[in-house]
Amino acid sequence: MTLGFKLKKRDEPWQWGAPIILAGALLFSFIVSSLLLEGQGKSALDGLYILWTGAFGSAFAFQGTFLKAVPIFMCSLGVAVAFRMQIWNIGAEGQFALGAIGATWMALTFPNMPWYGQLPLMFIMAFIFGGIWAFIPAFLRLKLHVNEIISTLMLNYIAILLLEYLVFGVWRDPSSFGFPMTVEFSEGGIIAGIAGTRYHWGIIFCAIVGVLLWAFMRFTRMGFELKASGEGPRVARYAGMPYGFLVIFVMCVSGGLAGWAGAIETSAILGRLQPSLMVGYGYTAIVVAWLARLEPRNIAFAAFLLAALRVGVENMQLKMQIPAAFGEIMEGIILLSVLAGQLFLTYRLERKQDSAREA
Amino acid sequence: MTELIVPLLAATVQSGTPVLFATLGEMFTEKGGILNLGVEGMMSVAAFAAFVTAYMTGSPWLGFIAGGIAGMLMATLHGIVCISCLGNQVVSGLALTILGVGLTKFLGTPYIGMAAPGFDKFAFPLLSDIPVLGNIFFRHDALVYVSFIIPVLFWFFFRRTSLGMAITATGEYPQAAAAAGLKPVRLRYLAVGVGGFLVGLGGAYLSLAYTHLWTNGLSGGRGWIAVALVIFAFWRPGRAVIGAYLFGGVMAFQLRLQASGTNLPSSLLLMLPYALTIIVLVFSAFRGRGTEAPAALGTNIEPEG
Repeated sequence: MTLGFKLKKRDEPWQWGAPIILAGALLFSFIVSSLLLEGQGKSALDGLYILWTGAFGSAFAFQGTFLKAVPIFMCSLGVAVAFRMQIWNIGAEGQFALGAIGATWMALTFPNMPWYGQLPLMFIMAFIFGGIWAFIPAFLRLKLHVNEIISTLMLNYIAILLLEYLVFGVWRDPSSFGFPMTVEFSEGGIIAGIAGTRYHWGIIFCAIVGVLLWAFMRFTRMGFELKASGEGPRVARYAGMPYGFLVIFVMCVSGGLAGWAGAIETSAILGRLQPSLMVGYGYTAIVVAWLARLEPRNIAFAAFLLAALRVGVENMQLKMQIPAAFGEIMEGIILLSVLAGQLFLTYRLERKQDSAREA
Repeated sequence: MTELIVPLLAATVQSGTPVLFATLGEMFTEKGGILNLGVEGMMSVAAFAAFVTAYMTGSPWLGFIAGGIAGMLMATLHGIVCISCLGNQVVSGLALTILGVGLTKFLGTPYIGMAAPGFDKFAFPLLSDIPVLGNIFFRHDALVYVSFIIPVLFWFFFRRTSLGMAITATGEYPQAAAAAGLKPVRLRYLAVGVGGFLVGLGGAYLSLAYTHLWTNGLSGGRGWIAVALVIFAFWRPGRAVIGAYLFGGVMAFQLRLQASGTNLPSSLLLMLPYALTIIVLVFSAFRGRGTEAPAALGTNIEPEG
């Protein structure tokens, strides 16, 4: 191992370890990305300042961050519950796309309905579409042992292509001058904004969903079973829990939640379906779930943090012509350093006493 | 008929080659017990490193090696996180992909549309004169010929050398390997590093031979397909060749169909390789139930104390 040091298991987990590791990971990622900026001949200090003001510098900026946190939060909730069961659902991105497609289908089919008819239909269809997209890999995994990491990922690619197929083809607005987009939804298909802010009512909806999910996990028998079956299928079956059913249930719900995120984003933010909808929230959701250590109550915070990063990077893109991929680099480094740092939650470094051992 | 089929099969070999390098790389890594889902990110970074090196030095061979080294460096990051710091292998691989794809877009954007000296096709002496087969297999660039040798070396290394068997032991049962006097941690680093090098060569193929122009998103999911093909191949290099060419075939077919001006929308055609990946996994599930995987794949070695 490391020179002169060796790992010693802690008697008790490091109490303040998690936030310290997160802070360390953020710091490390800022250092590396500053070096990248300097390497391209851009001032790192300016960059960090622009990043900060972009995310938190004004009420307008802050509200933008909050808005971006919404879809990430929704996708991440489902991802976290699935990860707890050691079901590696990487498919939030595709389920998000399918939800958007389901909602758009309803909005385009019933444009004359008032909002209290149209929006529920959109949300129901979004949940079903997203759920089906997650059901496929869950079913394949249970019945045929098909690796769900690969199948969910492949379904992401397929979902994005399906979305493109629709907006380039059958759903294209004939008056869009060839741009790939649907017509704008009618008034009844758009989630209204909250007066005086950039917020929309979808945020309230998400908050309610978050609370319900927390209560479900906390107070119901099934929530308990879900947490318990995180130990793996054998333990769960041994304890008499319906493991297969739980996997299907968790995947369909997490697909449905991602689908809702897609519906909200399409309806409240864009007002129509177009390819620019897909900006990788589903992948950010995985980073968020892990940073939150798969705890639903930490997810809101982590989602807000990474949303801030995204909005900040958009500001850098605007003012410093930095590619948006800068945010992905930071996300990747943060996640890698948190993973490495988590070692110190259960271990600590100790100076080696007898250097003869373990050379 | 042969005028249609032979060029298609030749194109199959060409588009299967980067996938073959990457599949063998991931297989090498997994033989040592480490699951590296960062292949997609490693391939992107390697493609860029290869392109820039060839662009700066004018030597495609240097570029090819640089791609391998870039893949190896990325893989080492995964090694540090998983082998030394006991991080979750699935999540670390995903993080590596996010980082690698982001890094490639960030560094590569100024180079979009630029050309670098790459590998050109040439007829392999003598062998290219074999009827039909010569046209399919021996009228390619030098890297394709390199890719013919690697599966054989791979097989030989794991079946006939003690180092290869030591890596296999580490992937099967690291505690027993350690008890037998092997050094599992070092062996795993070796497997991850060499595997990363091979994946990097696959990435380099994309920017130096598959196309000579730089564009973003060059790897386009091939890294993930490689991860799937390792499962399809049951961790055997021979089956990796079959799998890689199967995918090469679908990609080549899909491109030709698009070029022929068919009425089928391109987005539907582009789905083919991804859908095929799932189908292939379903079929390999009927054959084996994952029992061929290295027994300790994905689990970390906890230090004592």
